Amino acid sequence: MANLSRADVEHVAHLARLGLSEEELARLEGQLNHILDQYAVLATLDTEHIPPTAQTIELANILREDVVQPSLSVEAALSNAPERSGDHFVVPAILGGEGGA
Amino acid sequence: MANLTRLHAHEMSRLLRAGEVTSRALTEAHLDAAERQNRALNAWLVIDRTNALVMADAADARIAEGRRAGAAALAALHPLCGVPVALKDLVSIEGGQATAGSKILKGYIAPFDSTVTARLREAGAVILGKTNMDEFAMGSSTEHSAYGPTSNPWALDRVPGGSSGGSAAAVAAYHTPLSIGTDTGGSIRQPASLCGIVGLKPTYGRVSRYGIVAFASSLDQIGPFARDVRDAALLLHAVSGRDERDATSAPMPVPAELLSLPAGDDEAAAYLKGRRIALPKEYFVEGMEPGVAARVREALAAMQAAGATVEEVSLPHTHYGLATYYIIAPAECSSNLARYDGVKYGYFDRSSGEYIADYLRTRGGGFGPEVKRRIMLGTYALSAGYYDAYYLKAQKVRTLIKQDFDAVWAAGFDAICAPTSPTVAFPMGARIEDPVAMYLSDACTLPVNMAGLPGVSIPAGLSDGLPAGLQIIGAPWSELSMLRLARAYEAITARAAWRDLEPAELKLTDDPTTPSPIERKERLRSAPAPGSGPRA
Repeated sequence: MANLSRADVEHVAHLARLGLSEEELARLEGQLNHILDQYAVLATLDTEHIPPTAQTIELANILREDVVQPSLSVEAALSNAPERSGDHFVVPAILGGEGGA
Repeated sequence: MANLTRLHAHEMSRLLRAGEVTSRALTEAHLDAAERQNRALNAWLVIDRTNALVMADAADARIAEGRRAGAAALAALHPLCGVPVALKDLVSIEGGQATAGSKILKGYIAPFDSTVTARLREAGAVILGKTNMDEFAMGSSTEHSAYGPTSNPWALDRVPGGSSGGSAAAVAAYHTPLSIGTDTGGSIRQPASLCGIVGLKPTYGRVSRYGIVAFASSLDQIGPFARDVRDAALLLHAVSGRDERDATSAPMPVPAELLSLPAGDDEAAAYLKGRRIALPKEYFVEGMEPGVAARVREALAAMQAAGATVEEVSLPHTHYGLATYYIIAPAECSSNLARYDGVKYGYFDRSSGEYIADYLRTRGGGFGPEVKRRIMLGTYALSAGYYDAYYLKAQKVRTLIKQDFDAVWAAGFDAICAPTSPTVAFPMGARIEDPVAMYLSDACTLPVNMAGLPGVSIPAGLSDGLPAGLQIIGAPWSELSMLRLARAYEAITARAAWRDLEPAELKLTDDPTTPSPIERKERLRSAPAPGSGPRA
């Protein structure tokens, strides 16, 4: 079932926005394939008519009145920001650079 | 008074109300022990003497006020008023750190309290500090912490289990009577088993997760560690219940009887009469140590002798649990951990000045190896073309696993008993290079998370001089009867010789020449002990 190539590993790392070293990519290629091999056991089960389980307690939608309540102050929300400008987080420019699409 | 650190929380509670001890004295005794021994254990990431003493004095004032106002006012205080507790370092305390064992959250200061923290404050518990853990709760040994491993007080060269290893070791070492952990696939029960204490994972939805760093949101639950069942029940009571800030917390009443589990052994043991206990044959997995299996079978024989019936059952999809879990948990983690982008808080690397490159560096440099591995697995399992084969398939098998348990409850059983961990504490380094061997540590605990059930691990004696745990699994919302059963087992083994033993190498941690866990790990890496290699 599992046959992740080095290129696949690099592609997944990019999807996950993880910058990995050559050494990490090489080690992960082996480890991920070994772990994916363990998943093969699932293919032996017929689950065609089994519904998926996403959560185990039967809670329906939780609704509340749409009224303003006290929440985190702007100061508190910004207190850990690496960089701020007035009442805002400073974010890197995302337009014009490579990968902005 | 005798050594204050050897008291149970329920004993502290009684002495506090009787005016025979102050919360300040209890708190100082525990802080002293933690500060003295932490170099050799590394169970704590923060020991917060200043704030703990403020909380202790406030608790003493509340108790004094209660005593002045009369018996009713004193009785209205929560039993944990004035009692020390530790928090795993992924629980938010306003103004304090919450690293989740990760470099990526180094320096982060929580701007608000978690609901668990707020409820502990309301109860008057004294928060001593924050405990070590596997990074983002991913691991079974606490070796994946960015802040160094934790030693097991029973054998300092061995792991305490994980991911809540610091919380377990701190309770086992008498640094605190109580601590909070989280359990996604066994992260409370497995370290409780390896450290010889009680650890409980509640029903999914029992405890609010507001203000707790998320790992896998359909599986994560918060729960207590303690040195006896009654204490675990007190802490569960304090933190449980519906919270408007967590839509997945359930509007289920919290039983007041959690505060009054029987103190007397005879009364406690009587609960076993007529109980039907299921023993799942699949839980005696390959690679299980014979000593562990023997302790569990002896525990069941003792319960049978006390009036319970034990019947073997089959949970036929157990074998698929590990693979199912290691698709669902990484998939959910890859989604939850997408938030760490170095913009709003936490570690960031803007050395390249280019958006995508900095994003990659921040995450690549901030996360450790196990977290990266799981993000990779999860991203792959959710990626285009693989979703049906992996994630959807795993969710369907999850249904089958849950149905296995449903059939046991439908057949009228009161509880399922099984081993907690297939092995006792393993040596540091033994599984760190072999993720699949590490994942097998949780083979007996993770099906319980996938079915959303409550489970508790309680000490069941020793194997090769190290603690082995008995796991009791209950139907949804059955924490009270599950704990009554656990208390009954504790009562019928109250006079067993192993109950009086303290962790074998705890005394060594008083010696300033004893190596730290990091030094131990280095030494073991250069000269592995016999038999400590990865298991097949």
